[in-house]
Amino acid sequence: MSKQLALVIDLNVCVGCHACVTSCKEWNTQGSAGPLTDQNPYGADPSGTFFNRVQTFEVGEFPRTETVHFPKSCLHCEDPPCVPVCPTGASYKRAEDGIVLVDYDKCIGCKYCSWACPYGARELDGEQKVMKKCTLCVDRIYDQALPPAERKPACVLACPTSARIFGDIHDPASEASRAIREQGGYALMPEWGTQPANHYLPRRKTAKQIHPDELERHDNPLKVDGKLPRPATGEPALDDVTSW
Amino acid sequence: MKPAWSVILLTTLIGAAQGLFLAGFLSGGPRLFALIALALAAAGLAASFFHLGRPERAWRSAAMWRTSWLSREVIVLPAFMAAVAAWAVFPEPWIGWIGVALAIALFVCTGMIYACLKFLQEWHTPLTVVNYTALGIASGTTLAAVLMPSFIPAALAAGALAWALRLASLARNARLRPKSTLATAIGVKHPRIRQIAQGAMGGSFNTREFFHGRPREVVLAARWALVALVFPAPALLLLLGQPAAAFLAQYAGLIAERWYFFADARHPQNLYYQAIA
Repeated sequence: MSKQLALVIDLNVCVGCHACVTSCKEWNTQGSAGPLTDQNPYGADPSGTFFNRVQTFEVGEFPRTETVHFPKSCLHCEDPPCVPVCPTGASYKRAEDGIVLVDYDKCIGCKYCSWACPYGARELDGEQKVMKKCTLCVDRIYDQALPPAERKPACVLACPTSARIFGDIHDPASEASRAIREQGGYALMPEWGTQPANHYLPRRKTAKQIHPDELERHDNPLKVDGKLPRPATGEPALDDVTSW
Repeated sequence: MKPAWSVILLTTLIGAAQGLFLAGFLSGGPRLFALIALALAAAGLAASFFHLGRPERAWRSAAMWRTSWLSREVIVLPAFMAAVAAWAVFPEPWIGWIGVALAIALFVCTGMIYACLKFLQEWHTPLTVVNYTALGIASGTTLAAVLMPSFIPAALAAGALAWALRLASLARNARLRPKSTLATAIGVKHPRIRQIAQGAMGGSFNTREFFHGRPREVVLAARWALVALVFPAPALLLLLGQPAAAFLAQYAGLIAERWYFFADARHPQNLYYQAIA
């Protein structure tokens, strides 16, 4: 089976710091995919092109709520609906590693692929007027000039909590595959059959059942005395009967 | 979805062009019909360029006809225009029949661009293709009635059929239940999920392209406009012997219809863009 590179994002670990967003923007605005232009970045109504965004959701109703930080980027679907609709062939899925890419020199900016993506993963560059999306840092991960440990997407390297795992999900021995298999990795909007390559690891509560008898040690030395019958006040104390 | 004026004009203008050519050729009408159809199709083609971010690269869009309905439309539209022009110059029946086949193919391509997107549930129905075809034929036949009053009965019949089919799709879409929810969008199984931040302080392409941003009243007004102007108003004007006014009313109705077609479609990506913060 061919390779399918992907990200596995652990929602249990993500703290919503946006480091992946800024490092993605930094790398990709100056790399071969760049620039990712911004419009009015310091004004009242800033806008810009990003490959990766961190969103925040509140689950439940106050006071029983939970905050979920949710990094969102192209999922590099195994059956990408954005690719067949492209009229020019600018959008394509690489056979060798499953990365979905856009050829910016062929894109006519018709936006049809963005309509065909249920996840809203594609953004039209406001200045270049071509469609942009996550490349899985294709210009980093094969770069022989980088030390092997750095041949990973910029977002993965930036994550301070290691919430992002990068790997080949078709290789059952990869760290990404193992995380999906052993930690309940799931795909977004499975109802559309797009088979996203990127997976998410769910929030996991660490719960421990404590039984009432576990609240007190029966051999607690501090409480042994208290449980014995108390000596009367006139009785000799321990000091009175020993010679030490 | 945000209605794009370029696409609204493209689809309504070429629809009228196809309908006018079909009405003209199939009834043995004069070549003037073909010339007007050609002008309408050219205007629609010109409007389509305004939809592109890089119109100078538009020629590339014919490449992926094997998979993309948009690419097929890009090929069939100029082919239809060429056939219509050829028939206007050499009114041979076989050229006309090629034009008929291309007109029908173009209706299918235009409709399938929208109908093939399965998660846009409002569009993913055979009614989308049927409506594009029926509404195009209706407006073209009404235009034919402007040129030749003998087309008034045909225009009434085509309008009634298109209207009934569009009402059927309105009824279908009113009963739709979205398959995607916030729970499937982020994969958290909970009935109460609220977005707090969408990852951008201002808007983004995702908030501009997929939300029409108009109050509900405007959307409802567009729906009433399409219901009233696609058939009842033009029918009345046709019966009063005012085909030109009838065509203008129906064309305005088609603009409302197309605007509503886009505004009514709820894209699942909107689940990720519920709150700006």
